[in-house]
Amino acid sequence: MSTILKTDRITMRFGGVTAVNELKLDIREHQIVALIGPNGAGKTTAFNMITGVYTPTSGDVMYTLPSGEAIKITGKRPSDIAKMGIARTFQNIRLFKDLSVYENVMIAKHLHLQSGFMSAALHLPWYNKEQKAMEQDVKELLQKVDLWDVREEKASSLPYGQQRRLEIVRALATGPRVLLLDEPAAGMNPKETEELTEFIRRIRDEYDLTIFMIEHHMDLVMEISDWIYVLDFGMEIAQGTPEEIQNNSRVIEAYLGVEEDA
Amino acid sequence: MDKKRNMLLTAVCVVVLFGAACFAQFELDSYIRRIINLCLIYAIIGLSMNLTNGFAGQFSLGQAGFMAVGAYVVGIFTVPVELRENVFYAVPMNPLIADIEMPLWLALLVGGLLSALIAFLIGTPVLRLRGDYLAIATLGFSEIIRIIITNAQSFTNGALGIKDIPALNDVRYIYIATAVTFLFITALINSSYGRAFKAIREDEIAAEAMGINLFRHKCLAFMLSAFFAGIGGGLYGALLGTVDPKNFLFTLTYNFLLIIVLGGMGSITGSMLGAVIVTAGLEFLRIFDEPMALFGMDIPLFRPGFRMVIFSILLMVCVLFWRKGIMGTSEFTWDKFITFCKNPVKYCLGKGAK
Repeated sequence: MSTILKTDRITMRFGGVTAVNELKLDIREHQIVALIGPNGAGKTTAFNMITGVYTPTSGDVMYTLPSGEAIKITGKRPSDIAKMGIARTFQNIRLFKDLSVYENVMIAKHLHLQSGFMSAALHLPWYNKEQKAMEQDVKELLQKVDLWDVREEKASSLPYGQQRRLEIVRALATGPRVLLLDEPAAGMNPKETEELTEFIRRIRDEYDLTIFMIEHHMDLVMEISDWIYVLDFGMEIAQGTPEEIQNNSRVIEAYLGVEEDA
Repeated sequence: MDKKRNMLLTAVCVVVLFGAACFAQFELDSYIRRIINLCLIYAIIGLSMNLTNGFAGQFSLGQAGFMAVGAYVVGIFTVPVELRENVFYAVPMNPLIADIEMPLWLALLVGGLLSALIAFLIGTPVLRLRGDYLAIATLGFSEIIRIIITNAQSFTNGALGIKDIPALNDVRYIYIATAVTFLFITALINSSYGRAFKAIREDEIAAEAMGINLFRHKCLAFMLSAFFAGIGGGLYGALLGTVDPKNFLFTLTYNFLLIIVLGGMGSITGSMLGAVIVTAGLEFLRIFDEPMALFGMDIPLFRPGFRMVIFSILLMVCVLFWRKGIMGTSEFTWDKFITFCKNPVKYCLGKGAK
């Protein structure tokens, strides 16, 4: 399996604080990769560097295009990175709250629109054609993920679990190759977490995605990850398969603290 | 099917209103016509302001400046060449433009385009700001535009203003401009771009993560808004027959802010409604400006200016009870209208329960 997303020793400093230090990630196509670590380890910062919200202080983010060519995406605009096929969700849900579920997903289709604003405003035939295709796609997508019945609801009126799901669906609608999920199971009960696990697997297979996620629910992480990176104080302290990580003494140390000798 | 029906109904409505405009033009006196015209022009500018403030969520206060650009283009280019010597009696008109005369529609378009161009130049640095800072910066630029106009005397006749603009008190003409603006903005808002604007309003970070180029879309909304403000300003100048820098003080912007807040930020039909209420309402309240006697006693409060007090109180009541304006972010739609007509009681009760 070839690498689709790679970071080459990315570092992020905020003033005197080094949030992420020389992080090297290698995310392979079609895998589910998890990034774990205690609070404040720099996981979300790493996400933000990959998606262009922050420009790394040093280091590069490399992305492999479908053609096989690897390009540098360091410091590109978030919108351009989204266009290239890297979509994300947010730790604290960021839906378009006052808009309907349907509109939320339709908005994610806007980035592939070819028509200019004039043809869109005048509803010229080629725009209408695109619009129809968008509507069709969104309909199919919403039906597949069981959100079609609530399409007219305001996003903010959905129950929490569905809001999380909608955010993932919205990211899916941009037609990504890599999906970055920032704590998708945050605040979910065990049953919801289980459903989410299934859901993530399903979309990975159905849309041929690579998934990179931050998560604290260890049962979820251990169950679906192909590879795990562990971060502590901005540094990678371990990586490996779930079994390897579970038995890694440094990881246990980081999570539980060191036993002090009397 | 419903879509087709709604479009048909809209088309019928536009035609019927055109008939009403013709009726107003031929049957009503010029005072009433003037109020109708002002309503229509304010509706254009309210709509334009709603595009940036209500839909794209960028709090911009530059409308008076863009209106001034449109009004001055109309002022400069539609005054007949032979009258210009009279108008520009202090400083003669710059020979570059002294012989250019345009019909009104062309001058309106040129004014709109020039406004949009200026919006682009202003927007490039300013649209990187957010919230209050953007408001202050755009307010400042609108004053800069006014002051440049005051000082570019050979082009704009400076503080003397331009008079003898061929007067336009034709309801039909202004109605058509308003209808075109309304239909264009409605269509734009219902397109993918409109959704992108709303996404930016709701959450910039999420919008950007969904691949929406923030700057490009904000700039687009800002330029379109300036374009229509320019058209509205041009019509305003033509309606008044004179333009003067003092017409375009930044306080003018607040008129439109009032219209869109009252009508509902992010509602097209709300802006139309707001424009009519503010413009016609202020005229209607003139009865409070006249002295009034009750049982032979002069009521002391009724004197010029009192209507503004009443109007302010009404506004406060409105803001207290309808936080989001009359329409909020919802629109008048034919579907709602038909449900309402079928069963008004049920509709109102259903709405109350919601």
